[in-house]
Amino acid sequence: MTKHIKITVNGTEHELDVEPRLLLVHLIRENLAMTGTHIGCDTTSCGACTILMDGKSVKSCTILAVQANGKNLTTIEGVSAENEYNHLQEGFKENHGLHCGFCTPGMILRATELLENNPDPTEEEIRWGISGNLCRCTGYNNIVKAIKYASAKNRGIEPASTEPEFV
Amino acid sequence: MIPAPFDYESPTTLEEAFGLLDRYGDEAKILSGGHSLIPMMKLRFASPEVLIDINNIPGLSHITKDGNTMKIGALVRESEIEHAKELIAHFPIFADVTKLIADPSVRNRGTIGGNLAHGDAANDHPAVMLALRANIVISGKDGNRTVPIDEFFHGFYMTEVQANEILTEIQIPIHGKGTGSAYHKMERKVGDYATAGVAVQLTLDANGTVTYVGIGLTNLSPVPMRAERSEAALLGKKLTDEVIAEAAKCASEDCSPSDDLRGSEEYKRHLVGVLLKRMIHKAAERAMA
Ligand SMILES: Cc1cc2nc3c(=O)[nH]c(=O)nc-3n(C[C@H](O)[C@H](O)[C@H](O)COP(=O)(O)OP(=O)(O)OC[C@H]3O[C@@H](n4cnc5c(N)ncnc54)[C@H](O)[C@@H]3O)c2cc1C
Ligand code: FES
Ligand code: FES
Repeated sequence: MTKHIKITVNGTEHELDVEPRLLLVHLIRENLAMTGTHIGCDTTSCGACTILMDGKSVKSCTILAVQANGKNLTTIEGVSAENEYNHLQEGFKENHGLHCGFCTPGMILRATELLENNPDPTEEEIRWGISGNLCRCTGYNNIVKAIKYASAKNRGIEPASTEPEFV
Repeated sequence: MIPAPFDYESPTTLEEAFGLLDRYGDEAKILSGGHSLIPMMKLRFASPEVLIDINNIPGLSHITKDGNTMKIGALVRESEIEHAKELIAHFPIFADVTKLIADPSVRNRGTIGGNLAHGDAANDHPAVMLALRANIVISGKDGNRTVPIDEFFHGFYMTEVQANEILTEIQIPIHGKGTGSAYHKMERKVGDYATAGVAVQLTLDANGTVTYVGIGLTNLSPVPMRAERSEAALLGKKLTDEVIAEAAKCASEDCSPSDDLRGSEEYKRHLVGVLLKRMIHKAAERAMA
């Protein structure tokens, strides 16, 4: 038995018939062919599948597509116009906030909500804020810097020197 | 990992939900945050035939003070509790506990009602509710009944909520001046379930004598457990080192932790004593503040 759902993804409305057991991450990656949202652990631990649902970060591997009926979703494809960077993306680029990039879409969407709620977070608040997003490459220091960079830019302040750290 | 097939219903009133529960009985499961249920369905540890999603039922997301009672709707998310100023002013324990539950994205989904209804001694809210002597409102087609938390947990994944009922509200009595509460758990890493966790709420009179105390333990027994002998060791006493040490000793003796990946039984018995001492001090500091 399928269910008819209507969702808005990155500003575009989609209507689909889905099986109730279809996971939201599969709907995004397979039905909508947007592969920026990743699947890492598939067990709600790593955050690679993080998207925004009505502005809140959620792990799309642990939400049913039918639960997103009527909701507004943002994936990494929707955070900035094509060939442009928003402040977070620019921060990750400038600060070496990514190596392989697998965790990056999830990190950026989690950080988007973090900065929405707390425009000028401390280092500790950033580390708690991304505690559900695992990165196997960077050692996190440059991710923290990237988020600090975006926080400054969002507030119209010139970010501190962006000398990346290589440990 | 993909769950086994099921049907999905999303009622918009409680009456409609009770009708569906009546129709499907044991084959149905209620879906709240889904952050315990969906992982279990993906692993096929659970394969309900019907999910009844209660997220579209209005009126279950309130945090309100009604006289000397705090009322929390079952669908309140952990992330909403984190920012509930009035609730935290009365019960700072909620600031302690929500920060330790999973991570921010899980807390955006997980609900307090689901956390309790799951009936898992590894979850953190059961111990907190035991310490706070909460009352749980369970609703069915014939009306509401209110169950004290001490009678709520029946066994592993088993609670007082019957197959045709819904947990709708949590009610917490507000104690007077001189009351403080605190929670902490040891975890192997951020977001993990507790190796051991302790929740304390106590009231001190002007002389520093304990006039009320509640203590709940996380993941130290198959069913969420109140440390009754530890409470008795504190009640009517001043918080001297000897009194606190006695309460800690009772908790390590009375809990029944299992050896597992998080630690040996001996280690957990030690840990509960250390945590209980710390939480008594922290709750007492807050009571006097
Ligand atoms: C990675 C990860 C880490 C976690 N870490 C922790 C942690 O450290 N501490 C902790 O406490 N929890 C933790 N959790 C669990 C999380 O807090 C869950 O959200 C919570 O246990 C269940 O709440 P829910 O709203 O998601 O319930 P659901 O998953 O929707 O439901 C859980 C169960 O309760 C039943 N149910 C739900 N709501 C009701 C209701 N209103 N009435 C009757 N029955 C109902 C359902 O049918 C189901 O059987 C973690 C989860 C994940 C995925
Ligand atoms: S894939 Fe969803 S949390 Fe890892
Ligand atoms: S950059 Fe490789 S996992 Fe984070």
